[in-house]
Amino acid sequence: MKLSDKIFAMNNEPLTMNSSNRLNKLFATKKDNLLSIYYTAGYPALNTTVDIAEALEKAGADFLEVGFPYSDPVADGPTIQHSSEQALENGMTLNQLFEELTELRKRVTIPILLMGYFNPIVQYGVERFCKKAAELGVDGVIVPDLPMYEYEAMYANYFIDNNLSNIFLVTPQTSEDRIRKIDELSNSFIYLLSSSSITGGSLQLTNSIEDYYKRIKAMELSNPTIIGFGISDHKTFEQACSYANGAIVGSKFVKLLAEDGYMEKIPGFIKGIKG
Amino acid sequence: MKYGVNEHGYYGDFGGAYIPEMLYPNVEELRQQYINIINDEGFKAEFDDLLKNYVGRPSPLYHAKRYSEKYGANIFFKREDLNHTGSHKINNAIGQILLAKRLGKKRIIAETGAGQHGVATATVCALMGIECVVYMGEIDMARQAPNVSRMKMLGATVRPASSGSKTLKDATNEALRDWIGNPVDTHYIIGSVVGPYPYPDMVARFQSVISEETKKQLLEHTGNELPQYVLACVGGGSNAMGMFYHFLDDEQVKLVAIEAAGKGVDSGESAATTFLGQEGVLHGSRTILMQTPDGQVVEPYSISAGLDYPGIGPQHAHLYKINRAQYVSVTDDEAMKAGLLCSQMEGIIPAIESSHALAQLEKMKFDINDNVVICLSGRGDKDLDTYIKYFGY
Repeated sequence: MKLSDKIFAMNNEPLTMNSSNRLNKLFATKKDNLLSIYYTAGYPALNTTVDIAEALEKAGADFLEVGFPYSDPVADGPTIQHSSEQALENGMTLNQLFEELTELRKRVTIPILLMGYFNPIVQYGVERFCKKAAELGVDGVIVPDLPMYEYEAMYANYFIDNNLSNIFLVTPQTSEDRIRKIDELSNSFIYLLSSSSITGGSLQLTNSIEDYYKRIKAMELSNPTIIGFGISDHKTFEQACSYANGAIVGSKFVKLLAEDGYMEKIPGFIKGIKG
Repeated sequence: MKYGVNEHGYYGDFGGAYIPEMLYPNVEELRQQYINIINDEGFKAEFDDLLKNYVGRPSPLYHAKRYSEKYGANIFFKREDLNHTGSHKINNAIGQILLAKRLGKKRIIAETGAGQHGVATATVCALMGIECVVYMGEIDMARQAPNVSRMKMLGATVRPASSGSKTLKDATNEALRDWIGNPVDTHYIIGSVVGPYPYPDMVARFQSVISEETKKQLLEHTGNELPQYVLACVGGGSNAMGMFYHFLDDEQVKLVAIEAAGKGVDSGESAATTFLGQEGVLHGSRTILMQTPDGQVVEPYSISAGLDYPGIGPQHAHLYKINRAQYVSVTDDEAMKAGLLCSQMEGIIPAIESSHALAQLEKMKFDINDNVVICLSGRGDKDLDTYIKYFGY
């Protein structure tokens, strides 16, 4: 079967499916104001991944992105860089993360994505990584430095065969042709960057960003869109949700994890974003 | 070219463009335009003119007579150390600044390890009147202080990279982050044959002037444009790729790339990538790099700031894997001794990077008629402090 047919089939699977359909089920039932939270596994300490996920689900997050740390996170700003360094010092590895995730599906029902750079996946083995992640109940993967050509030419089958969604990023500079192609290769949602920047910046809704959001909306893509980078409070969340199906908060939440008693603060944090 | 890059940016299993979407438009713009720009007659004329009248090319191919006697072969030094700014790095900087101008870029960023590429980039930016920001690891800023001063004198802003190992790889990370945030007006002048396609090919082409000249000069010296051996040191690998480039298809020429073993390949303080590395992805290309079993990049070590990079360019990874070139390594001690020997036997103080290539001569057996070319990639002025401390003068 051709890759595009496989992806089409994935997009149109009935919603009674197994674990891998959690993302599609979510997007089919809830179309607005979806909130996703990013955090780095192993930060602030090992063996916190599932506890934090559980607390976030209870507090009302719709889906989660669990970052696995890398020594050279070129797309990340100081906050996530720091959390990655700390997580590596704490001993976080992909093996450790997978061990922590064995409990995931006993306690957490919302969709979970893994997010990280490509090299640790290459060392683990791309096919082995996809199998293992799917086995543990992971629904999708975001790998910022795995671009479309390399994905399509070399790795897509591993993801598709394991029912793992691969999430692509789109920036204000991404051409319309390329966005169309990304839409074809996507099978859950598209990650819209609010601007071309590293993570952790602040977001001012300028005319040009609004134009970009409107331009994407007018394209009527077949996949839902979620906006990330610079979403840090209720105002920026609401703005993003008026143009897309939801938004992702990362650095702001990672900062909370540095505070004492962060577990107790999670419900208030989510409430603050959702309003 | 048999060993060149394919249309998707690969050399065999290595290369490609593993970059986040934020960098895609910049890199794609380059990919679409670099060949046309480089082959444009106007570009070529301007490039050649600057290499001749500004850089001082062709750099001499010097027949090192006392070395030849000592090692029992005809030893030639390709004198990249005599270039303006003191190393081969200026060749690529000139090429890329002319390219950036044609792309309409208003701002230049660069990374630097030893500072030679930073100085070269600051120099061409001054020449063209373009804003220049150079990222340099904090540790490198301390051990290559004269080059920091040079860059400032030339009008560049030097920004310290204080994350990770605070050396070349981290300076590269910072430069990539800068580029992500400035996608429209900025060109990133990468200093080695690393990074996403088309950088490895583009930089190799700009550096290929080294082997192009060498062939002609060798013909004059020996009556044959092909030597038996070509030697060059490898960090990321730009002087080596420039030195190998026009000999790649001449299979009888033995190519030897010398990596920095630091305190020894098994010491835990080394930068001998092909000995210690595995295949992986760093700074946009699939290559060989030093890493943990979990895929975290290992902090390399060498006494030479220009060689302590955890990867090598993807074309080098390919040449290594298919055995077209031999990759060996030389320790700090061997390199420092070779630097002193060259100073006192030939009156040339080499950069510590180049001393690594010279040290390899001690380990090779030659026929008396062999012609051997070594790329003397840079001069040792920047390293005087390190040499003096090492020898206790």
